[in-house]
Amino acid sequence: MKLLTLNFLTCAIKTCKTNSASFPLHPRDAELEIVEADVNLPFLKNILPRLMWDELRGICTELGLPELPATPPTPADLIQPSSSTPETTDAAPIAEADEEPSQTAKDLHRVLLETCIQEGKLVCGACEHEYAVKEGVANFLLPGHLV
Amino acid sequence: MPNPSTPAQTYETNHVHTVYEEIASHFSSTRYKPWPIVQTFLQTQPQGSIGADIGCGNGKYLRDKSQVWMVGCDRSTNLAKIASKNEPHSVIVADTLALPHPNGVFDFAICIAVIHHLSTAARRVEAVKCVLDLLRRPCSSSSSSTSIFTSSATPSGPGGGGGDDEGGKALIYVWALEQKDSRRGWDEGHEQDVMVPWVLKQKKEKQEKGRRKKGGDEEVGAEETKQEGDKTFLRYYHLYRKGELESDIEQAGGVVLESGYEKDNWWAIARLR
Repeated sequence: MKLLTLNFLTCAIKTCKTNSASFPLHPRDAELEIVEADVNLPFLKNILPRLMWDELRGICTELGLPELPATPPTPADLIQPSSSTPETTDAAPIAEADEEPSQTAKDLHRVLLETCIQEGKLVCGACEHEYAVKEGVANFLLPGHLV
Repeated sequence: MPNPSTPAQTYETNHVHTVYEEIASHFSSTRYKPWPIVQTFLQTQPQGSIGADIGCGNGKYLRDKSQVWMVGCDRSTNLAKIASKNEPHSVIVADTLALPHPNGVFDFAICIAVIHHLSTAARRVEAVKCVLDLLRRPCSSSSSSTSIFTSSATPSGPGGGGGDDEGGKALIYVWALEQKDSRRGWDEGHEQDVMVPWVLKQKKEKQEKGRRKKGGDEEVGAEETKQEGDKTFLRYYHLYRKGELESDIEQAGGVVLESGYEKDNWWAIARLR
């Protein structure tokens, strides 16, 4: 399960959802694996405003990963500055296809989309319920008494 | 295994969840052709939208790699494992009535052929509500983190956006009672709560090919002649009458934007009120 997924996950127990301590879930005993994938720059740009940055930073710290910058990058930070200045002035802005990902984009891609939790647990900070992750798939089924 | 605590949960555990867990692999081999309305719905989402696929089965709607990013979930661990092979999307195991997602963060959701497996009217309405709750709230006045994708024509991403955002949209599909031309032949007036057999074939390879040729029929493979060694599973379905899905959506606090009938199923696109 890629770390980006944690940005969209919370505790499955209804009463926890209104408790801010239930987000994000905290990885515990996590076995990480890097699953390489191509950098998708438009996707990274699109996802940027959706990221709960401070929470993701916290998760990276908990997992012992390289620290994310204190503030989220801007879309412009994700694009490698072109070495040659554009020659034409009347042309449309540089097509997206021509943009190259910056180191910032590559780092973000590495953390969010290539770093996967293969085994371990996700723990709710509010109720401390533990959800198992096996073979990269987290299981959120609750025992009957918690439904 | 969870220890179900109500009769409805126990019933669904025995007549839906356990069945899918056991037939997962065979079921998956018959689920490969996307339904056109679902595909169109996905393809018309602005690039970079974040979606949820509630009851994703084998992940047949998680195949597209470019346009959107989805978190799929299924109640069956075996199906979720199969679905999780669809990079770059994510898949988890979860129950529709206890989804582990913050409310209001998804641009869209699909819930295809799922809600008809819930065995009481209240649970079906609750399931619709659980799906709708995932969606970005209509309009904009609040919220910082949930930036708005107002138009696919602004490839540089969100930011500009106008103020008349409708919020996220959900596409919901359920099996129809009115399907007199299908080989099951149910129609208006028939009992709505039915058990539908799934025949798990013992001998596989040749029949697999035969099935594929039959194309789009979702249930092909389920009900062919039973042979020795085959095992029959019965799945519970609530067949929806005309208008019933729309009514469930309204009871769940949603607004129906579009709805219709396609190939033995009722569908609706809805948002939060």
